[in-house]
Amino acid sequence: MSDALPARFAPGARVTVRRMAPPGHLRTPWYIRGRTGAVERLCGAFANPEELAYNRPGLPKQPLYRVRFRQRELWPDYAGAAHDTIEVEIYQHWLEPAP
Amino acid sequence: MRSHHDMGGLPAGPVARGEHDYAPWEKRVDALMVLLSAPQRRLLRVDELRRNIEALPPDAYDRMSYYERWISAVANTLLQRGVLTADELGRKMTEVESRQEAP
Amino acid sequence: MTADSDIHAHDHDHAHGHDDHAHPHPTRADADERLTHWQAMEIAVRELLIAKGIITAADVRAAVEAMDARTPALGARVVARAWSDPAYRQRLLADGTAAVTELGIEMAATKLVVVENKPGLHNLVVCTLCSCYPRMLLGLPPDWYKSRAYRSRAVREPRAVLREFGTTLPDSVEVRVHDSTADMRYLVLPERPAGTEGWSEDRLAALVSRDSMIGVTRPDNRA
Repeated sequence: MSDALPARFAPGARVTVRRMAPPGHLRTPWYIRGRTGAVERLCGAFANPEELAYNRPGLPKQPLYRVRFRQRELWPDYAGAAHDTIEVEIYQHWLEPAP
Repeated sequence: MRSHHDMGGLPAGPVARGEHDYAPWEKRVDALMVLLSAPQRRLLRVDELRRNIEALPPDAYDRMSYYERWISAVANTLLQRGVLTADELGRKMTEVESRQEAP
Repeated sequence: MTADSDIHAHDHDHAHGHDDHAHPHPTRADADERLTHWQAMEIAVRELLIAKGIITAADVRAAVEAMDARTPALGARVVARAWSDPAYRQRLLADGTAAVTELGIEMAATKLVVVENKPGLHNLVVCTLCSCYPRMLLGLPPDWYKSRAYRSRAVREPRAVLREFGTTLPDSVEVRVHDSTADMRYLVLPERPAGTEGWSEDRLAALVSRDSMIGVTRPDNRA
Protein backbone atom coordinates (compact mmCIF):
# COMPACT_ATOMS: atom_id res chain seq x y z
CA MET A 1 0.00 0.00 0.00
CA SER A 2 2.00 3.00 -1.21
CA ASP A 3 -0.34 5.52 0.45
CA ALA A 4 -0.05 3.98 3.94
CA LEU A 5 2.77 4.24 6.43
CA PRO A 6 4.28 0.93 7.48
CA ALA A 7 3.05 -0.51 10.75
CA ARG A 8 5.61 -0.15 13.54
CA PHE A 9 3.97 -2.29 16.18
CA ALA A 10 2.99 -5.93 16.30
CA PRO A 11 0.19 -7.44 18.37
CA GLY A 12 1.39 -7.78 21.92
CA ALA A 13 3.79 -4.84 21.70
CA ARG A 14 3.80 -2.60 24.77
CA VAL A 15 3.07 0.99 23.74
CA THR A 16 2.74 4.31 25.49
CA VAL A 17 0.35 7.00 24.31
CA ARG A 18 2.03 10.36 23.72
CA ARG A 19 1.18 12.99 26.24
CA MET A 20 0.54 15.88 23.89
CA ALA A 21 -2.35 18.31 23.62
CA PRO A 22 -2.44 20.21 20.35
CA PRO A 23 -5.53 22.09 19.28
CA GLY A 24 -7.69 20.68 16.53
CA HIS A 25 -9.74 17.55 16.06
CA LEU A 26 -8.16 14.69 17.96
CA ARG A 27 -9.35 11.11 18.36
CA THR A 28 -7.05 10.14 21.20
CA PRO A 29 -9.05 10.57 24.40
CA TRP A 30 -7.57 12.48 27.28
CA TYR A 31 -7.87 9.62 29.72
CA ILE A 32 -5.28 7.44 27.97
CA ARG A 33 -2.64 10.04 27.20
CA GLY A 34 0.64 9.11 28.79
CA ARG A 35 -0.67 5.62 29.57
CA THR A 36 0.85 2.28 28.61
CA GLY A 37 -0.96 -0.68 27.16
CA ALA A 38 -0.52 -3.56 24.75
CA VAL A 39 -1.43 -3.73 21.09
CA GLU A 40 -4.35 -6.09 20.70
CA ARG A 41 -4.43 -5.90 16.88
CA LEU A 42 -3.63 -3.77 13.89
CA CYS A 43 -6.96 -2.57 12.50
CA GLY A 44 -5.57 -1.43 9.16
CA ALA A 45 -4.48 1.95 7.88
CA PHE A 46 -6.80 4.92 7.59
CA ALA A 47 -6.62 8.54 6.54
CA ASN A 48 -5.75 10.79 9.47
CA PRO A 49 -8.94 12.30 10.92
CA GLU A 50 -6.96 15.26 12.31
CA GLU A 51 -6.42 16.28 8.69
CA LEU A 52 -9.77 15.11 7.31
CA ALA A 53 -11.34 17.50 9.80
CA TYR A 54 -9.92 20.35 7.72
CA ASN A 55 -10.91 18.79 4.41
CA ARG A 56 -7.37 17.69 3.71
CA PRO A 57 -6.68 14.17 2.44
CA GLY A 58 -5.02 12.92 5.62
CA LEU A 59 -2.45 10.90 3.68
CA PRO A 60 -0.38 8.86 3.98
CA LYS A 61 -2.78 6.57 5.81
CA GLN A 62 -1.86 5.94 9.42
CA PRO A 63 -1.85 2.48 10.92
CA LEU A 64 -4.61 2.22 13.50
CA TYR A 65 -4.31 -0.09 16.48
CA ARG A 66 -6.59 -1.38 19.18
CA VAL A 67 -4.63 -0.98 22.38
CA ARG A 68 -5.67 -2.74 25.55
CA PHE A 69 -5.18 -1.14 28.95
CA ARG A 70 -5.76 -2.51 32.43
CA GLN A 71 -8.43 -0.46 34.16
CA ARG A 72 -6.54 -0.63 37.44
CA GLU A 73 -3.65 1.13 35.74
CA LEU A 74 -5.83 3.89 34.29
CA TRP A 75 -7.91 4.86 37.31
CA PRO A 76 -6.40 5.20 40.77
CA ASP A 77 -9.69 4.33 42.46
CA TYR A 78 -10.93 1.70 40.01
CA ALA A 79 -13.59 -0.27 41.85
CA GLY A 80 -13.97 -3.21 39.48
CA ALA A 81 -12.06 -6.45 39.07
CA ALA A 82 -8.27 -6.58 38.76
CA HIS A 83 -8.45 -8.11 35.30
CA ASP A 84 -10.92 -5.58 33.82
CA THR A 85 -9.65 -3.98 30.63
CA ILE A 86 -10.45 -1.27 28.13
CA GLU A 87 -9.56 -1.19 24.44
CA VAL A 88 -9.17 2.03 22.52
CA GLU A 89 -8.39 2.62 18.85
CA ILE A 90 -5.29 4.75 18.53
CA TYR A 91 -3.44 6.03 15.48
CA GLN A 92 0.20 5.13 15.17
CA HIS A 93 1.53 8.68 15.41
CA TRP A 94 0.22 8.83 18.97
CA LEU A 95 2.14 5.74 20.06
CA GLU A 96 5.70 5.18 21.19
CA PRO A 97 7.34 1.96 22.32
CA ALA A 98 6.83 1.63 26.08
CA PRO A 99 9.99 2.38 28.06
CA MET B 1 -6.03 20.93 28.43
CA ARG B 2 -8.88 18.48 28.11
CA SER B 3 -11.40 19.50 25.48
CA HIS B 4 -14.99 19.82 26.65
CA HIS B 5 -16.31 16.99 24.50
CA ASP B 6 -13.52 14.63 25.61
CA MET B 7 -15.35 13.43 28.68
CA GLY B 8 -14.24 9.84 29.20
CA GLY B 9 -13.55 9.26 32.89
CA LEU B 10 -15.10 12.44 34.24
CA PRO B 11 -17.59 12.12 37.09
CA ALA B 12 -21.24 12.18 36.14
CA GLY B 13 -24.61 11.22 37.52
CA PRO B 14 -26.79 8.22 36.76
CA VAL B 15 -27.49 7.31 33.16
CA ALA B 16 -30.97 8.61 32.31
CA ARG B 17 -32.71 5.69 30.62
CA GLY B 18 -35.56 7.51 28.92
CA GLU B 19 -35.49 7.51 25.14
CA HIS B 20 -37.29 9.81 22.76
CA ASP B 21 -38.60 8.98 19.36
CA TYR B 22 -36.71 11.05 16.87
CA ALA B 23 -38.62 14.08 15.56
CA PRO B 24 -38.90 14.43 11.78
CA TRP B 25 -36.58 17.42 11.72
CA GLU B 26 -33.94 15.40 13.60
CA LYS B 27 -34.15 12.56 11.12
CA ARG B 28 -33.78 15.07 8.31
CA VAL B 29 -30.60 16.43 9.89
CA ASP B 30 -29.25 12.90 9.95
CA ALA B 31 -30.33 12.45 6.34
CA LEU B 32 -28.50 15.62 5.32
CA MET B 33 -25.31 14.34 6.94
CA VAL B 34 -25.59 11.03 5.11
CA LEU B 35 -26.41 12.62 1.76
CA LEU B 36 -23.75 15.34 1.88
CA SER B 37 -20.98 12.97 2.95
CA ALA B 38 -21.92 10.32 0.38
CA PRO B 39 -19.18 9.43 -2.14
CA GLN B 40 -21.06 11.01 -5.04
CA ARG B 41 -21.13 14.40 -3.31
CA ARG B 42 -18.34 14.54 -0.71
CA LEU B 43 -19.48 18.01 0.37
CA LEU B 44 -18.55 17.37 3.95
CA ARG B 45 -16.82 14.77 6.01
CA VAL B 46 -18.00 13.53 9.36
CA ASP B 47 -14.58 14.61 10.68
CA GLU B 48 -15.34 18.22 9.76
CA LEU B 49 -18.70 17.95 11.48
CA ARG B 50 -17.08 16.57 14.60
CA ARG B 51 -14.49 19.35 14.60
CA ASN B 52 -17.23 21.93 14.41
CA ILE B 53 -19.17 20.33 17.25
CA GLU B 54 -16.05 20.14 19.39
CA ALA B 55 -15.47 23.84 18.75
CA LEU B 56 -18.81 24.80 20.28
CA PRO B 57 -18.40 26.71 23.52
CA PRO B 58 -18.84 24.36 26.49
CA ASP B 59 -22.14 25.85 27.62
CA ALA B 60 -23.56 25.63 24.11
CA TYR B 61 -22.36 22.03 23.79
CA ASP B 62 -24.13 21.09 26.99
CA ARG B 63 -27.28 23.10 26.34
CA MET B 64 -27.88 22.10 22.73
CA SER B 65 -29.56 18.83 21.93
CA TYR B 66 -27.78 16.19 19.90
CA TYR B 67 -29.28 17.16 16.54
CA GLU B 68 -29.04 20.85 17.29
CA ARG B 69 -25.29 20.32 17.51
CA TRP B 70 -25.24 18.39 14.28
CA ILE B 71 -27.27 20.89 12.23
CA SER B 72 -25.06 23.64 13.60
CA ALA B 73 -22.06 21.63 12.41
CA VAL B 74 -23.58 20.93 8.99
CA ALA B 75 -24.26 24.62 8.46
CA ASN B 76 -20.79 25.65 9.63
CA THR B 77 -19.08 23.06 7.47
CA LEU B 78 -21.04 24.11 4.40
CA LEU B 79 -20.08 27.72 5.10
CA GLN B 80 -16.43 26.72 5.49
CA ARG B 81 -16.56 24.77 2.25
CA GLY B 82 -18.23 27.62 0.40
CA VAL B 83 -21.31 25.59 -0.47
CA LEU B 84 -23.47 28.18 1.25
CA THR B 85 -22.84 31.77 2.20
CA ALA B 86 -23.83 33.23 5.54
CA ASP B 87 -25.93 35.79 3.69
CA GLU B 88 -28.05 33.32 1.80
CA LEU B 89 -28.44 31.11 4.85
CA GLY B 90 -29.41 34.07 7.01
CA ARG B 91 -31.95 35.31 4.49
CA LYS B 92 -33.45 31.88 4.06
CA MET B 93 -33.71 31.33 7.81
CA THR B 94 -35.46 34.68 8.18
CA GLU B 95 -37.87 33.73 5.44
CA VAL B 96 -38.55 30.34 7.04
CA GLU B 97 -39.22 31.92 10.40
CA SER B 98 -41.54 34.50 8.86
CA ARG B 99 -43.73 31.77 7.36
CA GLN B 100 -45.05 30.99 10.79
CA GLU B 101 -46.28 34.51 11.27
CA ALA B 102 -48.69 34.30 8.31
CA PRO B 103 -52.27 34.03 9.51
CA MET C 1 -38.88 -7.84 14.79
CA THR C 2 -39.23 -11.14 13.00
CA ALA C 3 -37.08 -12.94 10.54
CA ASP C 4 -39.54 -11.92 7.87
CA SER C 5 -38.50 -8.28 8.20
CA ASP C 6 -36.40 -7.08 5.36
CA ILE C 7 -32.79 -7.29 6.42
CA HIS C 8 -31.46 -5.35 3.51
CA ALA C 9 -30.38 -1.86 4.40
CA HIS C 10 -31.97 -0.33 1.31
CA ASP C 11 -34.93 1.91 0.68
CA HIS C 12 -38.43 0.61 1.02
CA ASP C 13 -40.00 0.20 -2.37
CA HIS C 14 -43.51 1.12 -1.33
CA ALA C 15 -45.02 4.40 -2.45
CA HIS C 16 -44.48 7.20 -0.02
CA GLY C 17 -46.59 10.24 0.62
CA HIS C 18 -45.25 13.76 0.36
CA ASP C 19 -45.85 14.36 4.02
CA ASP C 20 -43.52 13.21 6.78
CA HIS C 21 -46.58 12.66 8.97
CA ALA C 22 -47.63 9.79 6.68
CA HIS C 23 -44.56 7.87 7.72
CA PRO C 24 -45.47 4.57 9.38
CA HIS C 25 -42.70 4.53 11.95
CA PRO C 26 -43.48 6.13 15.29
CA THR C 27 -41.92 9.53 15.63
CA ARG C 28 -42.49 12.53 17.75
CA ALA C 29 -44.13 15.11 15.49
CA ASP C 30 -42.39 18.45 15.14
CA ALA C 31 -43.83 20.69 17.86
CA ASP C 32 -46.70 22.94 16.88
CA GLU C 33 -45.17 25.92 18.61
CA ARG C 34 -42.61 28.24 17.02
CA LEU C 35 -39.73 26.74 15.17
CA THR C 36 -36.51 26.88 17.10
CA HIS C 37 -33.44 28.55 15.62
CA TRP C 38 -32.03 25.13 14.84
CA GLN C 39 -35.20 23.76 13.27
CA ALA C 40 -35.33 26.84 11.06
CA MET C 41 -31.69 26.22 10.18
CA GLU C 42 -32.46 22.65 9.12
CA ILE C 43 -35.27 23.80 6.86
CA ALA C 44 -33.19 26.61 5.41
CA VAL C 45 -30.14 24.43 4.75
CA ARG C 46 -32.24 21.74 3.15
CA GLU C 47 -34.19 24.14 0.93
CA LEU C 48 -31.04 25.93 -0.19
CA LEU C 49 -29.37 22.65 -1.07
CA ILE C 50 -32.42 21.56 -3.02
CA ALA C 51 -32.61 24.90 -4.83
CA LYS C 52 -28.95 24.51 -5.78
CA GLY C 53 -29.59 21.04 -7.16
CA ILE C 54 -27.25 19.40 -4.68
CA ILE C 55 -29.93 17.15 -3.24
CA THR C 56 -33.60 16.58 -3.93
CA ALA C 57 -36.54 16.31 -1.57
CA ALA C 58 -36.86 12.71 -2.70
CA ASP C 59 -33.26 12.08 -1.64
CA VAL C 60 -34.06 13.32 1.84
CA ARG C 61 -37.20 11.20 2.14
CA ALA C 62 -35.33 8.16 0.88
CA ALA C 63 -32.51 8.67 3.35
CA VAL C 64 -34.98 9.00 6.22
CA GLU C 65 -36.77 5.83 5.10
CA ALA C 66 -33.49 3.95 4.82
CA MET C 67 -32.60 4.99 8.36
CA ASP C 68 -36.03 3.97 9.64
CA ALA C 69 -35.61 0.56 8.03
CA ARG C 70 -32.55 -0.12 10.13
CA THR C 71 -33.56 -1.50 13.46
CA PRO C 72 -31.86 -3.75 15.99
CA ALA C 73 -33.60 -6.65 14.24
CA LEU C 74 -30.71 -6.58 11.77
CA GLY C 75 -28.16 -7.09 14.50
CA ALA C 76 -30.33 -9.71 16.17
CA ARG C 77 -30.42 -11.64 12.91
CA VAL C 78 -26.60 -11.61 12.79
CA VAL C 79 -26.37 -12.83 16.38
CA ALA C 80 -28.93 -15.58 15.80
CA ARG C 81 -27.01 -16.76 12.76
CA ALA C 82 -23.77 -16.81 14.74
CA TRP C 83 -25.41 -18.80 17.53
CA SER C 84 -26.78 -21.33 15.05
CA ASP C 85 -23.85 -21.69 12.67
CA PRO C 86 -20.36 -22.14 14.21
CA ALA C 87 -18.62 -21.52 10.89
CA TYR C 88 -20.49 -18.23 10.47
CA ARG C 89 -19.59 -17.30 14.01
CA GLN C 90 -15.91 -17.74 13.24
CA ARG C 91 -16.18 -15.66 10.09
CA LEU C 92 -18.05 -12.98 12.02
CA LEU C 93 -15.37 -12.78 14.69
CA ALA C 94 -12.57 -12.79 12.13
CA ASP C 95 -14.06 -10.12 9.84
CA GLY C 96 -17.32 -8.56 10.95
CA THR C 97 -17.74 -6.39 7.87
CA ALA C 98 -17.47 -9.31 5.45
CA ALA C 99 -19.69 -11.57 7.53
CA VAL C 100 -22.60 -9.11 7.79
CA THR C 101 -22.29 -8.41 4.07
CA GLU C 102 -23.18 -12.09 3.59
CA LEU C 103 -26.55 -11.20 5.14
CA GLY C 104 -27.01 -8.14 2.92
CA ILE C 105 -25.86 -5.53 5.46
CA GLU C 106 -23.37 -2.96 4.18
CA MET C 107 -21.14 -1.18 6.66
CA ALA C 108 -20.46 1.90 4.51
CA ALA C 109 -17.25 3.69 5.47
CA THR C 110 -16.61 2.00 8.81
CA LYS C 111 -15.46 -1.50 9.74
CA LEU C 112 -17.32 -3.81 12.04
CA VAL C 113 -15.60 -5.60 14.88
CA VAL C 114 -17.70 -8.19 16.67
CA VAL C 115 -16.64 -8.92 20.23
CA GLU C 116 -17.89 -12.09 21.83
CA ASN C 117 -19.06 -12.50 25.38
CA LYS C 118 -17.83 -15.67 27.02
CA PRO C 119 -18.37 -17.15 30.47
CA GLY C 120 -15.32 -15.24 31.71
CA LEU C 121 -15.66 -12.08 29.61
CA HIS C 122 -18.29 -9.39 29.18
CA ASN C 123 -17.93 -6.65 26.58
CA LEU C 124 -19.35 -3.12 26.68
CA VAL C 125 -19.28 -0.53 23.90
CA VAL C 126 -19.13 3.25 24.21
CA CYS C 127 -17.96 6.26 22.20
CA THR C 128 -16.57 8.75 24.70
CA LEU C 129 -15.74 11.38 22.09
CA CYS C 130 -19.09 11.53 20.31
CA SER C 131 -21.63 8.80 19.52
CA CYS C 132 -20.09 6.29 17.13
CA TYR C 133 -22.45 3.35 16.90
CA PRO C 134 -23.00 0.43 14.48
CA ARG C 135 -26.00 2.12 12.86
CA MET C 136 -26.12 -0.21 9.91
CA LEU C 137 -26.94 -3.04 12.30
CA LEU C 138 -28.81 -1.33 15.11
CA GLY C 139 -30.34 1.82 13.63
CA LEU C 140 -30.07 5.11 15.47
CA PRO C 141 -28.57 5.02 18.96
CA PRO C 142 -30.66 5.61 22.09
CA ASP C 143 -30.34 8.94 23.85
CA TRP C 144 -28.56 7.41 26.83
CA TYR C 145 -25.73 6.09 24.65
CA LYS C 146 -25.00 9.68 23.60
CA SER C 147 -25.41 11.14 27.08
CA ARG C 148 -22.70 12.72 29.17
CA ALA C 149 -23.31 10.24 31.96
CA TYR C 150 -22.78 7.16 29.80
CA ARG C 151 -19.86 8.54 27.81
CA SER C 152 -18.08 9.70 30.96
CA ARG C 153 -18.72 6.74 33.26
CA ALA C 154 -18.76 3.66 30.98
CA VAL C 155 -14.97 3.75 30.67
CA ARG C 156 -14.26 4.50 34.31
CA GLU C 157 -16.89 2.56 36.23
CA PRO C 158 -18.41 0.10 33.77
CA ARG C 159 -19.69 -2.25 36.45
CA ALA C 160 -21.65 0.54 38.16
CA VAL C 161 -23.14 1.55 34.81
CA LEU C 162 -24.02 -2.07 34.10
CA ARG C 163 -25.77 -2.33 37.46
CA GLU C 164 -27.94 0.65 36.50
CA PHE C 165 -29.08 -1.43 33.55
CA GLY C 166 -29.79 -4.39 35.80
CA THR C 167 -26.62 -6.28 34.93
CA THR C 168 -24.44 -7.50 37.78
CA LEU C 169 -21.32 -9.47 37.01
CA PRO C 170 -19.09 -11.29 39.48
CA ASP C 171 -15.47 -10.24 39.70
CA SER C 172 -14.49 -13.54 38.14
CA VAL C 173 -15.86 -12.20 34.84
CA GLU C 174 -13.61 -9.68 33.12
CA VAL C 175 -15.42 -6.55 31.96
CA ARG C 176 -13.84 -5.21 28.79
CA VAL C 177 -14.89 -1.78 27.53
CA HIS C 178 -14.45 -0.77 23.87
CA ASP C 179 -14.16 2.94 23.17
CA SER C 180 -15.01 3.55 19.49
CA THR C 181 -12.55 6.34 18.91
CA ALA C 182 -11.84 5.80 15.24
CA ASP C 183 -12.93 3.81 12.23
CA MET C 184 -14.15 0.63 13.90
CA ARG C 185 -17.70 0.02 15.04
CA TYR C 186 -18.42 -2.61 17.65
CA LEU C 187 -21.17 -5.15 18.12
CA VAL C 188 -21.31 -7.38 21.15
CA LEU C 189 -22.05 -11.03 20.41
CA PRO C 190 -23.92 -12.04 23.57
CA GLU C 191 -23.70 -15.52 25.02
CA ARG C 192 -26.44 -17.80 23.85
CA PRO C 193 -28.85 -18.41 26.74
CA ALA C 194 -29.08 -21.92 28.13
CA GLY C 195 -32.11 -24.01 27.22
CA THR C 196 -32.28 -22.78 23.61
CA GLU C 197 -30.88 -25.87 21.95
CA GLY C 198 -32.53 -26.61 18.63
CA TRP C 199 -34.31 -23.25 18.44
CA SER C 200 -34.84 -21.71 15.01
CA GLU C 201 -32.96 -18.55 14.13
CA ASP C 202 -36.22 -16.58 14.26
CA ARG C 203 -36.82 -17.68 17.80
CA LEU C 204 -33.24 -16.98 18.81
CA ALA C 205 -33.27 -13.53 17.22
CA ALA C 206 -36.27 -12.59 19.36
CA LEU C 207 -34.08 -13.04 22.45
CA VAL C 208 -31.49 -10.54 21.27
CA SER C 209 -32.16 -6.99 22.38
CA ARG C 210 -30.41 -3.85 21.18
CA ASP C 211 -29.06 -3.33 24.68
CA SER C 212 -27.43 -6.76 24.73
CA MET C 213 -25.60 -5.92 21.50
CA ILE C 214 -24.27 -2.71 23.07
CA GLY C 215 -23.36 -4.74 26.12
CA VAL C 216 -25.36 -3.10 28.89
CA THR C 217 -27.56 -6.16 29.31
CA ARG C 218 -27.45 -9.88 28.61
CA PRO C 219 -30.20 -11.74 26.76
CA ASP C 220 -31.47 -13.57 29.80
CA ASN C 221 -32.13 -10.45 31.79
CA ARG C 222 -33.30 -7.93 29.22
CA ALA C 223 -36.19 -5.72 30.23
